[in-house]
Amino acid sequence: MNPLTLPGIMLLLPLASALVILLFHGALKNIAHLLSTLVAITIFGCSLMLLGAKDAVELPLFSFFSVKTATGVISANISFVIDQQSKGMMFIVTFVGMLVHIFSLGYMKDDDAKARYFGALSLFMFSMTGIVLADNLLMMFIFWELVGLSSYLLIGHWFKKASACEAAKKAFITNRIGDFGFMAGILILFGVCQSTRFADITAKVPFLIEHAPALLTIAALGIFLGAMGKSAQVPLHVWLPDAMEGPTPVSALIHAATMVAAGVYMLARTHFLFIEGGTAATFIAWTGGITALMAALMAVQQNDIKKVLAYSTLSQLGYMVMAMGLSAPHEGMFHLYTHAFFKALLFLGAGAIIYACHHEQDMWKMGGLRKSMPLTFLTFAAGTAALMGVPLTSGFFSKEGILAAAYHSHNTLLFGMAVFTAALTAFYMTRMVIVVFLGKPRGEGTGHAREAPLVMLLPLLVLAVPSLLSAYGFLAGPLQAMMPHEEHGAGQFVMICSIVALLTGLLTATKLYLGKDKDPLNIPVLANKFYIDEFYALLVKVFVDIGAWIVTALEKIFVESLLVRLPAALASGFGKWFRRLQTGSLQGYTFLLGLGLVVAVYLAVFMTAKH
Amino acid sequence: MSPLVIIILLPIIAALAIWLGAPARFTAVAAALVNLAITLGLIGGYASAGGGMIWKSSHLVLDHPAIHFAVGADGISLAMTLLTMLVTTAALWSIVDKDRIYYIASLLISAGALGAFLSTDIFFIFAFHELALIPTFLMIALYGHGDRKTAAWKITIYLGIGSLVLLTGLLGVVWWCSPESGLTFALADLKPVISNCKTEALVNLNFFILLVGFGTLVSLFPVHDWAAPAYASAPTPVAMLHAGVLKKFGLYGLIRIALPLFPGAMQTPWIQHALLLMLLGNILVVGYVTLHQRRLDEMLANSSVMHMGYIFLGLAAGNALGVNGALVLMFAHGISIALLFMLCGKLRNHLSTLEMDKLGGLAANAPFLGVVFGIATFASIGLPGLANFAGEVLVFLGTFQSFAWDKGFTMLHITTILSLLGVIISAVYMLRAYRKIFFGEATTGLFMSDPATSQRVPMFLLAAVLLVIGCHPATLLNLIQDSLAALNFK
Repeated sequence: MNPLTLPGIMLLLPLASALVILLFHGALKNIAHLLSTLVAITIFGCSLMLLGAKDAVELPLFSFFSVKTATGVISANISFVIDQQSKGMMFIVTFVGMLVHIFSLGYMKDDDAKARYFGALSLFMFSMTGIVLADNLLMMFIFWELVGLSSYLLIGHWFKKASACEAAKKAFITNRIGDFGFMAGILILFGVCQSTRFADITAKVPFLIEHAPALLTIAALGIFLGAMGKSAQVPLHVWLPDAMEGPTPVSALIHAATMVAAGVYMLARTHFLFIEGGTAATFIAWTGGITALMAALMAVQQNDIKKVLAYSTLSQLGYMVMAMGLSAPHEGMFHLYTHAFFKALLFLGAGAIIYACHHEQDMWKMGGLRKSMPLTFLTFAAGTAALMGVPLTSGFFSKEGILAAAYHSHNTLLFGMAVFTAALTAFYMTRMVIVVFLGKPRGEGTGHAREAPLVMLLPLLVLAVPSLLSAYGFLAGPLQAMMPHEEHGAGQFVMICSIVALLTGLLTATKLYLGKDKDPLNIPVLANKFYIDEFYALLVKVFVDIGAWIVTALEKIFVESLLVRLPAALASGFGKWFRRLQTGSLQGYTFLLGLGLVVAVYLAVFMTAKH
Repeated sequence: MSPLVIIILLPIIAALAIWLGAPARFTAVAAALVNLAITLGLIGGYASAGGGMIWKSSHLVLDHPAIHFAVGADGISLAMTLLTMLVTTAALWSIVDKDRIYYIASLLISAGALGAFLSTDIFFIFAFHELALIPTFLMIALYGHGDRKTAAWKITIYLGIGSLVLLTGLLGVVWWCSPESGLTFALADLKPVISNCKTEALVNLNFFILLVGFGTLVSLFPVHDWAAPAYASAPTPVAMLHAGVLKKFGLYGLIRIALPLFPGAMQTPWIQHALLLMLLGNILVVGYVTLHQRRLDEMLANSSVMHMGYIFLGLAAGNALGVNGALVLMFAHGISIALLFMLCGKLRNHLSTLEMDKLGGLAANAPFLGVVFGIATFASIGLPGLANFAGEVLVFLGTFQSFAWDKGFTMLHITTILSLLGVIISAVYMLRAYRKIFFGEATTGLFMSDPATSQRVPMFLLAAVLLVIGCHPATLLNLIQDSLAALNFK
């Protein structure tokens, strides 16, 4: 088989599906969801076949542009890289994607605009595939932006809801701020290498380290800014919690398991730019560490079930980014891999709960769901265990890998922050499980909650398996790139820290929350997310006010002085010039042409216009 | 007769026929479609003809200095002709229930633009553009919206003076570049200036005059102030044609005349730095002003001024990537802004206000308009897959084509990084407008439904072009890049 066939199908099939659905969504109203789901299942099959395909570095599908210059031809292709990393990531994306499609069949059953929703899901699968398989930075950027578009469309799916529209806009614009850096980084690297291919840039890095390390650092930080946007790292994290306004399956697919992980994937792809211990790498590690801690703190005081999960996603992404900064890309990717399963599971579980409680999202109005939704409870508990890092679950191994990387960096503060974050994770997840599933039903809808239909339960059951077991060889075997390559020495100390953190969080939360009907804790600064949104709003307001002032001043200068006085001065000026010109000469002729215009309009405006 | 002369004459004949009483809509649209078909045929023929300047024809008008009515086409002029015909067709098609003067004026503007893009004699290049300006001015003055007199007055004064400055510069071109046999306006006979240390300053000054003259026509900061009120006020087809096509004449002139005949002048530090500062004015200052617009028409008008900055950035780079990018962006911007003005016109016809705060929820009843507006919006903020991105990214890469790692960042590179900020600014105002007009709850009393199928055709046409060029920019690059290389953009 032609090596292009598989990746080609995986890229173009969802595109075709998206185009067909969006173009003919009137006619396809009743089958669009089946078409899109079928495509998702097909490309999952392709990704399984891809696991067995040969590695290949450059598989051009077509040329995006190609321009001859003084020094040669500069071109950018849409072309694929097939290696362990992209194969593994494709597996995650298509697996979670497929399950989310299936889950959505139930969740979005009664939505009027179901066709548009599934069309956008297909568009997302297309864009994400492009990012994962890109063999050059420009192609990655192209699909990076398209992923932003899909996310915009899906967050804003319920476009009559003001909060959803605002959230969609906020997500796109915040990501654009990151993409500013991404593009700047691409340009600098292009300037040095005259190419955007990963292979060409890798080859040039030793040269840069020797001759222009500062340039490399600037480029690397620019690229990282892009990752900060997409992976929602502090201070560009503000869009992700708001993105929960979209349908819950979207939150599971895009804003938890796959798209937000694209930033981490991109850092893994470009890890050769981040020299171990260099300025850029240190910056990344701290950004990740701070995000992990701050987001975990914010999660402690949220009451919306999806918001808690959103902040926990931020926090886990912080872990992954920190691993990238500590030059442990394998540990970071491993956590991405395990996290994708259990976070998708948790979000879909939350979706099932919200569906059952008639779109109630406030945890304090739930309660007692363990009895009415036993299967959901069991799967949700499995996901929670993995997220908290209960020993022997997948999350335990992957989190420990990152903690170990922090420990080995001899950065005590960062390691301390990471361990504390682990304790907080156990705390807020225990709180969530207790409040939602134990105790008595507190809300009206909650009392009548029933288990979700099979089409929604099935993805939960399927996801529960890798959530618990994805770290073990028989599941992770084909995904070697996702596995940490070397064993770290001081495993025992790190493991003890991790277990102590887990128990501390778990027991504190149990003690505080078991049997409570309302939150015994009240920490405004955390509930208000450190007032960062308010701070940004103030910043924007100041910016806008200054702008309004400048615009008024400009109006004054241009309109009042120039526009009122200039015409009068010109009219007399032209008259004088004109008399000096000799008619018949070329200059006079062309001058007349220009002047004729002035006269014509003068006449038109002041003579013919009847006012 | 050269087919190019037919292309130029056809709209004029159609305009005459309409004036004499032919059915306006049918005649105008038919003429535009025929012209579009001829253009596409020529583009097909050009690929097999092997490049160069072809379909030439020339008639001597004046002996000394030599002025010819001369036409000829290469990839660049064909691309501009295609842009003109696409926008003309869409503009004429979208006119509903208007006086025949709308069709006549649009056809004349189109003819002037075609003449300017297809002439190969500086005199006629200039004259055709002036010809196209007259109906533009008149239509704004007579049929404009809002404060039309001020707007018409402003655009006339600015472009009148700009044209005079430009004319001075063009006469300078004839002076410096004519062969020894005598002064001529024929582009083919003009040779690039070879300046010595005595003349260098004068040559550079002449180039700068051209830059300011052409720049005024393209609303280069700070001589941009005519554009926004004019576009906001202009009748829809005129706004589409001027912002989409005619404004690109200034850029076309720089690419065709000023840059190749004054080689190296753009890279003179003071000129390049001055241009970079001016284009930053377009991107950042006008971008900032655009953020504060409350009416859709005024916002679009300002955004079109802002986006000119990126095209100038490509010209400032002056190399193959940069100028190819600039031309792709000219094309893309022309299509996208024409589409946006067309949609804006539809809204104006059906709603009592264009104040964005008072609108909302249109997507519920007009989903087709919502989708097309979305495509145009995302095109104009440079989303990959739509044409504008292809142009912008080539321009950006062009500015780094000449990057030397040991010299670090020059003013050109810093300007590029700063102008990347404009990409965020565009996203903010365009998405805000999109959200305010189409999303949320419908405002009471302001209601409109989708246009009839026949009125969807021009929207579909322009949106499809944005998608095709965006997904496969090579379509356009293959047409233009050899011609640009022949003008010495390397």
